[in-house]
Amino acid sequence: MVTGWFTGDGEDFRLLGTRCRACASVFFPREDIHCRNPGCAGGPLEEVPLSRRGRVWSYTDARYRPPSPYVTDPELPWEPYALIAVELAAERMVVLGQAVPGVTVADLTVGMEVEAVPGVLHEDAERTWTTWQWRPTGVTA
Amino acid sequence: MTGEVAVLGAGMHPWGKWGRGFVEYGVVAARAALADAGLDWRDIGSVVGADTVRGGYPGYVAGATFAKALGWQGARVTSVYAACASGAQAVDTARAQILSGRVDVVLVVGADAAPKGFFRPAGGERPEDPDWLRFRVLGATNPTYFGLYARRRMAVHGDSPEDFAQVKVKNAAMGALNPYARYRKRVTAEEVAASAVVADPLRLLDICATSDGGAAVVLSSMEFAHRHGVAEPVRIRAVSTVTPRYPNTVLDLPDIATDSAVAVEPATETFRTSLTRAAYEEAGVGPEDLSLAEVYDLSTALELQWYEDLGLCGEGEGVKLLREGATAPGGRIPVNTSGGLASFGEAVPAQAIAQVCELTWQLRGVAGDRQVEGARAGITANQGLFGHGSAVIAVR
Repeated sequence: MVTGWFTGDGEDFRLLGTRCRACASVFFPREDIHCRNPGCAGGPLEEVPLSRRGRVWSYTDARYRPPSPYVTDPELPWEPYALIAVELAAERMVVLGQAVPGVTVADLTVGMEVEAVPGVLHEDAERTWTTWQWRPTGVTA
Repeated sequence: MTGEVAVLGAGMHPWGKWGRGFVEYGVVAARAALADAGLDWRDIGSVVGADTVRGGYPGYVAGATFAKALGWQGARVTSVYAACASGAQAVDTARAQILSGRVDVVLVVGADAAPKGFFRPAGGERPEDPDWLRFRVLGATNPTYFGLYARRRMAVHGDSPEDFAQVKVKNAAMGALNPYARYRKRVTAEEVAASAVVADPLRLLDICATSDGGAAVVLSSMEFAHRHGVAEPVRIRAVSTVTPRYPNTVLDLPDIATDSAVAVEPATETFRTSLTRAAYEEAGVGPEDLSLAEVYDLSTALELQWYEDLGLCGEGEGVKLLREGATAPGGRIPVNTSGGLASFGEAVPAQAIAQVCELTWQLRGVAGDRQVEGARAGITANQGLFGHGSAVIAVR
């Protein structure tokens, strides 16, 4: 589904983007066709890990069950999750992601440091869909 | 001004949840606009339909669908899709046809029968579609983005949920006066605060609903209007449809991330500001000349953002402008006199046309209890998926 968007485990977990070798523009989700900088003639796009840590640009949550294609079990009560938009200083970009389970909007402030960690989007009997999640760096659980 | 076209007619189908097909809403709106213009359908040289993706195949070819429903009469036909800006691009297409001299008079129609609850992408496994991906990977609905903007305003400008609620209170009071609005009831700040949180910090009454509805306008050359006996029609003087500029550093629907500003320094103005600036430049008017504005209040917090993006006040001063009453009836620049999306809800291909209908009625001085006294110029502003947005300026 999102092949090549992230890699690694634990401390080595990283979001993966691409970078234009001609102009150094960074893209996430990865841009593999051509550089989108209108002032760039275009160069090879190479895979690049993004900064592991960033600061909260903004945040919100989903108090109602999102529609398909988000996958949830309608038999289970809805558990809201937080969503965090994170500013990565080195890449000068903002990346949206779910917060790790258990972190609510009450735990967040704009400007707080967070880090990308591996997480589970959902799982069924046959398969587990993994994803990236943002976790405040003060949280170790 | 050589770039002007006349608005000869405006019409709507009342908005709500009527449970009928979008064609019916569009035809009712079209017939109302034709009657308002004093024209027969067979006088129309071109029909431009704003597409709905929810209507299936007929919705994708909305121009022809409405033309067939009104009765094939040999007019030119165009169908336009531009997400939330579809209606404005339909207006722009009609205007271009008139200004190029290809046709004298054009019917523009948009209508939708929206589903209840969150908008969602088309079905199937479509990982190449950013709109599909944001739902599948993040469960990020439209209110997710509204919530992010709202929280950001709170952190950067000190806005509060109570400020946001006052936008709803204002727009509901105006919507209560509009016979075409879906919600025609005043709302109190307490009612906003008591409604359920949808996407923190926004509550149900901070976010616009989905609706059924239709809107239409009849546009013509100035010469045709004069021949038709309309000496001083409402005129459209600008339609801006500019795209963002790289790097777009404001997280927007349906993106999972912004562009990186590593290689290129961002423009000093945001996408929304560039939309309205382009309209001002084309029209030769500025924010100080406006009598009213119709903006996409997809959320209450977003309306405050538009105040700043329209240049009605400085950055971060949206709440101050609201508190002063400048954007309320009787204020310096009333915003969303129609009641806005807060009172109408979203019927995507119709809503940008509905904004132009409201400008038309206000500039003619026939807006009834919600009339802005002596209205001379108005602007609409909207923004949709994938870098679509528009602003229309009309004058009297």
